Amino acid sequence: MPAPAQRRIIFQHIDEPGYSNDLACYLRHGGYEVLKKAVTRKPEELIDEVKKSGLRGRGGAGFPCGVKWGLVDRKSGKPIYLIVNADESEPGTFKDRYIMHQDPHQLIEGTMISCFANNVRQAYIYIRGEMPHGARILEKAIAEARAANLVGPNILGTGYSCEIFVHRGAGAYICGEETGLIESLEGKRANPRIKPPYFPAVLGLYQCPTIVNNVETLCHVKYIAEHGGAEYAKIGTPGNTGTRIFCVSGHVQRPGYYEFPAGTITMGQLLNEVCGGPLPGRTFKGVIPGGSSAKILRFGERFKGKRKVGTEMVDYDWGVEDVPMDFDSLGMIGTMGGSGGVIVMDDTVNMVEALANINAFYSHESCGQCTPCREGSLWMKKISARMVHGQARPEDAALLKSVADQIPGRTICAFGEACSWPTQSFIAKFGDEFKNYSETKKTAKPADAVALV
Amino acid sequence: MNLKAETLSKIDEVITHYPVKRSATLPLLHLIQEDIGHLPADTSEWVAAKLDLQPINVLEVITFYPMFRQKPIGRRHIKVCRTLSCALVGGYKTCATFEQEFHTHLGAVSPDGEVTVDFVECLASCGTAPVVLIDDELHEKVDVAKAKQLSDQIRAEAKARK
Repeated sequence: MPAPAQRRIIFQHIDEPGYSNDLACYLRHGGYEVLKKAVTRKPEELIDEVKKSGLRGRGGAGFPCGVKWGLVDRKSGKPIYLIVNADESEPGTFKDRYIMHQDPHQLIEGTMISCFANNVRQAYIYIRGEMPHGARILEKAIAEARAANLVGPNILGTGYSCEIFVHRGAGAYICGEETGLIESLEGKRANPRIKPPYFPAVLGLYQCPTIVNNVETLCHVKYIAEHGGAEYAKIGTPGNTGTRIFCVSGHVQRPGYYEFPAGTITMGQLLNEVCGGPLPGRTFKGVIPGGSSAKILRFGERFKGKRKVGTEMVDYDWGVEDVPMDFDSLGMIGTMGGSGGVIVMDDTVNMVEALANINAFYSHESCGQCTPCREGSLWMKKISARMVHGQARPEDAALLKSVADQIPGRTICAFGEACSWPTQSFIAKFGDEFKNYSETKKTAKPADAVALV
Repeated sequence: MNLKAETLSKIDEVITHYPVKRSATLPLLHLIQEDIGHLPADTSEWVAAKLDLQPINVLEVITFYPMFRQKPIGRRHIKVCRTLSCALVGGYKTCATFEQEFHTHLGAVSPDGEVTVDFVECLASCGTAPVVLIDDELHEKVDVAKAKQLSDQIRAEAKARK
């Protein structure tokens, strides 16, 4: 079956010749018309549209956006804050970068609509430190919008006021975790907070109710405010509405970003047709479907079970290529859609070395407050690095697994899961490579072999 | 602390962005580092006094975030992405090329004082791997040839300055 056509609603103007990131260009393309209409409606109506749309967060967890907004404590009398999570740093993910650099006003419009809907008077965009250009572009765009009375006091003469400021991070992955991000925005180390009681919707920034939404999610809100929740829900599949942006990297002919109606494209269509298949003379070996912490899939394995189609339960029997790329299908086969970052590895990759690379990342990025994660991520890195650069033993696979198995569920935030899933899944899917690695090392590598760690 | 007048006025402005002064810790550290090139020893005390904090509140932030540095670096900062998507298409070779070109090793100032090469974690541009951030500028698809070309460019700019 041929791959469906791309449908770009969020990336509509990305890479469009002549499209620039200034206000004038955005206005020429109908910009801020949605905000102008939104501020004449009742905030509750906008929240209802988002609930009806079925929009799920695009940062990684896929939590329904309307539910998130519904949890906000509106009776406390405290101000409500909105934070745009622009700390895009899950390895393999690179979609928000293009929105912020090329179409910043789309984000600002979506943010302002969301702020109006939730009676927010102060929003912050938390952008990762490694995007200094992005921060400057957003600051300039906000200043333009402020000058046009689209941000700031008494917006469009409605009496509603809301300010946005850009806040830069400083290179810590954990700031993508929403409570870590809040701590960082408060000027502290980004140690995530324990939940309960610190649910951002109740006790967030400055202990006030706070909404944290991903950049792409807020752009979807703009589209929903324009077309209505019911219309939006017609895109994609039930439970996985709207479009999804896939960021494909690694060993394919055409890496890049592709936007499709959610759940309409399979892994095989995405990698073979859209991305042009494997590099010449190579074959696909493994793929991480939703950012580096998602569990790896091995080409050749099969997934069987029952799933719900409409109201009926039907059997499925999928190879990796047959899996629809939506939150639920990927969840069903034991991995996740996450942030949409698809990392592809071909037959030239040794999985011990790939895991050692990932483990080095998580060890570097653990915030260090929970012992299982701080020590576990460090030891997984040390053991896998030693296998590659020192002596490898057949029993190392079991040792690695035992370290990984002791982390999840024992930490304050989901980083514990994120750092252990790669080790658990690599060993479950490619255990033979770990057991044989001491033998593999004895054969000389080809001259053009790529170092991974 | 010897900061430019422009930096001082930016510092006073950014503090007004937050209802709680402590939130300005990261912005202040960024501004000081952009002005001086690194965060000198008296930074913690200076920022603490400015934001009504204890110096340890600032020092623990400086030591937590990888982008803050307490020692000077070379004139240009070359950050090569180390993480998986870049490594799969040659990030390690790119990094080694910069080290060789400037006769230096990771984290050190090169003998000519021109660069510091660092191997950093994911820069969120995995589709154009391997990527390199030189100061504020992102360079995409930096293979060995392009790394050499960028090194030549940096040396040429250094020569023109002298």
